[in-house]
Amino acid sequence: MKQIKGINDFVVKFANVNGTGSASANHLFAKAIFRMGIPVSPRNIFPSNIQGLPTWYEVRVSSKGYLGRRGGVDLMVCVNPQTMEQDVASVEPGGYFLYDSTKLLAQHLKRDDVTYFGIPLTEMCMREFEVPRLQQLLKNVVYIGALAALLDIRFPILKDLLGDQFKGKEKLISPNVHALEMGYQYAVENFNCPLPIRLEQGGNVAPHLLESKQILMNGNTAAALGAIYGGATVAAWYPITPSTSVVEAFSKYAERLRIDPGTGKKNFAILQAEDELAAMGIAIGAGWNGARAFTATSGPGLSLMSEFLGLAYFAEVPVVLIDVQRSGPSTGMPTRSQQSDILAAAYASHGDTKHVLLFPATPRECFDMTVQAFDLAERIQTPVIMMSDLDLGMNDWMSPPLEWDDSYEMDRGKVLDAEALENSENWGRYVDVDGDGICYRTLPGTHPEKGAFFTRGSSKDEMAIYSEDGNDYVKNVDRLLRKFETAKNLVPEPKPHPPIEIKKPKTKEKLGALFFGTSASPAYEAVEMLAEEGYPINTLRIRAFPFHHSLDDFIHEHDIVFVIEQNRDGQMRQLIMNECHIAPDKLTSILNYSGTPITARTIAAQIRKTLNIESAEVIPLRPEVA
Amino acid sequence: MSYIKPDFQHPRLPKNALGYTVTDYDGAISTLCAGCGHDSISGAIRNACFLSSIPPHRIAKLSGIGCSSKTPTYFLGKSHGFNSVHGRMPSVATGASVANRDLIYIGISGDGDTASIGMGQFLHLIRRNVNMTYIVANNGCYGLTKGQDSATADLGSISKYGHENSFDGIDLASLALLQGASFVARSFSGDKEQLEPLIRGAIAHKGFAFIDVVSPCVTFANHVGSTKSYSATRENLDAMPLDFVPMREEIRTQYEAGTSQAVTMHDGSVIHLHKASRNYQTENRNEALKVLQDSQEEGRILTGLLYIDPNSQDLNQVLKLASRPLNELGMDELCPGSRVLNSINEGLR
Repeated sequence: MKQIKGINDFVVKFANVNGTGSASANHLFAKAIFRMGIPVSPRNIFPSNIQGLPTWYEVRVSSKGYLGRRGGVDLMVCVNPQTMEQDVASVEPGGYFLYDSTKLLAQHLKRDDVTYFGIPLTEMCMREFEVPRLQQLLKNVVYIGALAALLDIRFPILKDLLGDQFKGKEKLISPNVHALEMGYQYAVENFNCPLPIRLEQGGNVAPHLLESKQILMNGNTAAALGAIYGGATVAAWYPITPSTSVVEAFSKYAERLRIDPGTGKKNFAILQAEDELAAMGIAIGAGWNGARAFTATSGPGLSLMSEFLGLAYFAEVPVVLIDVQRSGPSTGMPTRSQQSDILAAAYASHGDTKHVLLFPATPRECFDMTVQAFDLAERIQTPVIMMSDLDLGMNDWMSPPLEWDDSYEMDRGKVLDAEALENSENWGRYVDVDGDGICYRTLPGTHPEKGAFFTRGSSKDEMAIYSEDGNDYVKNVDRLLRKFETAKNLVPEPKPHPPIEIKKPKTKEKLGALFFGTSASPAYEAVEMLAEEGYPINTLRIRAFPFHHSLDDFIHEHDIVFVIEQNRDGQMRQLIMNECHIAPDKLTSILNYSGTPITARTIAAQIRKTLNIESAEVIPLRPEVA
Repeated sequence: MSYIKPDFQHPRLPKNALGYTVTDYDGAISTLCAGCGHDSISGAIRNACFLSSIPPHRIAKLSGIGCSSKTPTYFLGKSHGFNSVHGRMPSVATGASVANRDLIYIGISGDGDTASIGMGQFLHLIRRNVNMTYIVANNGCYGLTKGQDSATADLGSISKYGHENSFDGIDLASLALLQGASFVARSFSGDKEQLEPLIRGAIAHKGFAFIDVVSPCVTFANHVGSTKSYSATRENLDAMPLDFVPMREEIRTQYEAGTSQAVTMHDGSVIHLHKASRNYQTENRNEALKVLQDSQEEGRILTGLLYIDPNSQDLNQVLKLASRPLNELGMDELCPGSRVLNSINEGLR
């Protein structure tokens, strides 16, 4: 049997039962690799359940720093009998399978092209620990110890991490370290350590990654920090997976960083609303009153917020919404990832409505774009929706450190203060003085005599007086469209990736690929795979809606344009067709909507299929578990 | 309704402490039906704010959707207003209130806006004790869609089209009491003497002040058989009069011993309840509920200040909000800066 080999390049997947403490042990594994300076991207693939159902944790190790999913599993660590059959089947030929051998492995689970490592995890823990809960929890730590030997994880790093993890609960450190050692010892004594797949500190890791003092964080925490740094003072929310941790993290940081040192009072308000409708209403009320306000939600919450989004669009009230997308219509798959709220967000609410969307691809961008969302919302006087997703929001991503420029000033947009009002004549809330579609706002309570007006969701004239005159309506909504045009040059531009030079390309057609958010990382990887096969593909990463003119240019410069995204209907493709007036046959969808994040191999396979490329070198896709 | 608003002002119109006349508290001309109870409520709000010498620009008016929710246009033209979405004004008011705790918030809603589509938000507004005055102009029917029964229509009330309402009406005042509202009142749009001081008291109250105002719909519910017509309301009205005496003002009226009760509010203002037809402690929630229920059983419409907790903790206090309004805070107060961010980065390695 030819075993899979590779230094700092492999995929490990853990199959566990949720509620058994596996998450923290598996996190320990990923963090240790990260601390070794080796690029790693862990993903929690979990059920909408608290205890007893299958859960997986997939860890990608990549010397080149690919953070998206590759596809396939090289080493499966299986401690869940419920899924063992699928888990065995998902291992790549030449791969490895580690399992709890307290119970004999059934004959039908044995594959000739897989190397098995049985460790009697349950038996060892029953013998070694007395407390039943520890017997269960530490099974996870024992297999991490074994992996340390099998993959060459530096043992002192693991011990340090346990110290960090149990700060304040020091008496738990020694049983955990003991469990690690038990696993390590067992592997050394029973298996050929290390495996042909293993880690090597320094090694072949791309130099720029070694030097850049990377951090490991999830997008929701980064967005929450963005809200803190961007000056948000009002957060309203309703708990919903996978966006819950945005406001939870905001709360955690605000309690630390936003308490007035003199009085102990809070420079923020967090309101857990009765539902998403109220959450959005609270944020809009605060935005109307001049505070930076936001809410965070997912799928069903976005549907509920649509009516209010229409109000904020039409009444021109700044508000920020962080949409951490999940899978499916209705309840769908609440704990699985997709990019399937694109159209619902872009056109949320009845009537002619369009919203500004931002598409972060990394935690760093979640941070930066959240700050930017507040500036844009106030500059454009409209809702700004940041389109994150479960994969980005809830998983830890290796990222360059967050940076802050201390000279940053909030862009409050066109707001007239008391002095400006005092000197103003004929001010009207919806008069387009500057011709950019953005008018001058006033805040309640500013001036005793001037600047009061009625904010409303009903049609009005330029002076904000209720009007059912069709001419007033048309003038107003045409101005809103002009404002949206202005927004094109205010939102983040799309980013091209440096093209890969290929001496003898196998195609004369100019190929382009468009993608956004969490599809970006695996898309870059797929593009590099195809470049090696002789097919150069230029790329453009979309970062905002409305679309910048360079998106139109990119599409027109290419013969075939792939739109890579994670939903069934090619929603971004539709939005581009609709907004840039692109003929449907110009854009080819590359899709994955199974709820687990799209893989580089899936993208490459679909592109090959479109281009009729047959390649003997290519690894066939295996059925995916979860 | 009238389309013309005279510019003429009597040269000797009385002025309040701010030097404003009552016309400084006017809004646009009402577009509601002539004789609509809601216009009387608008008038009472205008007079109340004038009498209490509130700077108009320090008030924010909020409403939902419906005839009632149109009315903020018709009073306090120097105040900002927000006509939000149907049934959702409470959330908008909550957000506005925490964003700027220094303004005075007056919410106007209707029985459809509050008791049907907005019931959830209404109860949560009470639960949070948002510092605002919330007035429901209650006529038991949907006016703008031409006379359908609303959820507050009384059992057995006959609609304009001859249909008898077969459901029990929701009593918003009882509900507000049960949910813990810190100021609960009921009034009648035709009883200016009572409504004006009630509104003044509600504005002075720190916390959520609720006034359910029976406000007849002249077009769709003012006929024989409607339980919320002007005549039916007057016939069954059981009004408890009151005076509002703002802080630092002397109490001039003489009250007969044993017939009145004074409630001192957090700012030193006093609400004087007198000639009470129902003798009970207004600061006792259980008694208020019982009195309200007894009166309902007798088929009477009890109006007046039903309950008050003058020491309630409003949302701003519960949230421990900074004393400066959140919308005034700048980067110095809000942004922890690059050094803190660097240490956060360090913790993520």
